[in-house]
Amino acid sequence: MKKNKAIKIIGISSYIIFLILSYIFNFNPGKKIGNNFFIFSIDMLKILPPAFILIGLFEIWVKRETVEKHFGEASGIKGYILAILLASTTVGGLYVAFPVAYSLNSKGAKLSVIFTYIGASAICRIPMTIFEASFLGIKFTSIRLIVSISLVIITSIFLSNYLTKKGYNITEGK
Amino acid sequence: MYFLYIITGLALIASFIADKKKTFKAIKMGYKKFVNILPPFLIMLILVSVILFLVPDRVISNYLGVSHKFYGFLFAIFFGSITLMPGFIAYPLCGILLQKGVPYMTLSAFSTTLMMVGILTFPIEREYFGTKVTIIRNLISLGIAIAVALVTGIFFNELF
Repeated sequence: MKKNKAIKIIGISSYIIFLILSYIFNFNPGKKIGNNFFIFSIDMLKILPPAFILIGLFEIWVKRETVEKHFGEASGIKGYILAILLASTTVGGLYVAFPVAYSLNSKGAKLSVIFTYIGASAICRIPMTIFEASFLGIKFTSIRLIVSISLVIITSIFLSNYLTKKGYNITEGK
Repeated sequence: MYFLYIITGLALIASFIADKKKTFKAIKMGYKKFVNILPPFLIMLILVSVILFLVPDRVISNYLGVSHKFYGFLFAIFFGSITLMPGFIAYPLCGILLQKGVPYMTLSAFSTTLMMVGILTFPIEREYFGTKVTIIRNLISLGIAIAVALVTGIFFNELF
């Protein structure tokens, strides 16, 4: 792992040096890459701090039994519906959904519900869906939602069955 | 976006009134989790900045608009998988492509892979779920995106 870390540090530092040199010597491709980096960083820095505060509050306040009841083994079909509703209000995208899913799982949400949540937060966030429908039409958006959500639920169940059989555990997944 | 700030603010106030100590603990916990995930985030941002430079909108729209439907479809899957774009950029782009005559099926393949298949979010996903699960989940997502696009093609009579 140490070697890996060294590669990462070298990679990141050379990227930063490349950007600095590009700005000094007015190297256009480098400046464009730098601009992309800043635009996306700012976009994410607007979302991540409040998102992680909410995750912290969730971890402290929400009882394990509550999560287990609504998202756990005994939650049945309700667990999937709640996961999709939660996903539709998730902001940002997958990169916010991953830590939320991780926290939910550590509080007792079952794997299939977690994967449904991740998939659904990619495809049915409300503001994004409205935006999509306004550009591509309601027919397009409804087909996409119906097909993708049902497939997400079905594949999540298969994936979680498979992983459970293999003895997978998220907290040990790293 | 403002919605997120309002919710977070209200939650913090409510939590603070209920228990000051617990609130600080929660903030500390959130902060720690945030800092822990920053390195993979940095890597993702670097990848995004380079990829978006290499494949700008113009290139994507050229490839998606090729006259051969099947190739356009394959390019859509490819570009949707390797890039990452916020909706406010992606959908207007799709809207323009639609007016140019790009089939719905291709746009569906592009937008769905864009949302579901995350090669660029790989460093983050791996941090939480491990490499193997990340690969499987992304492959499944790719399959779902293709299925969605094909069904879209059927309903818009574009398949044959």
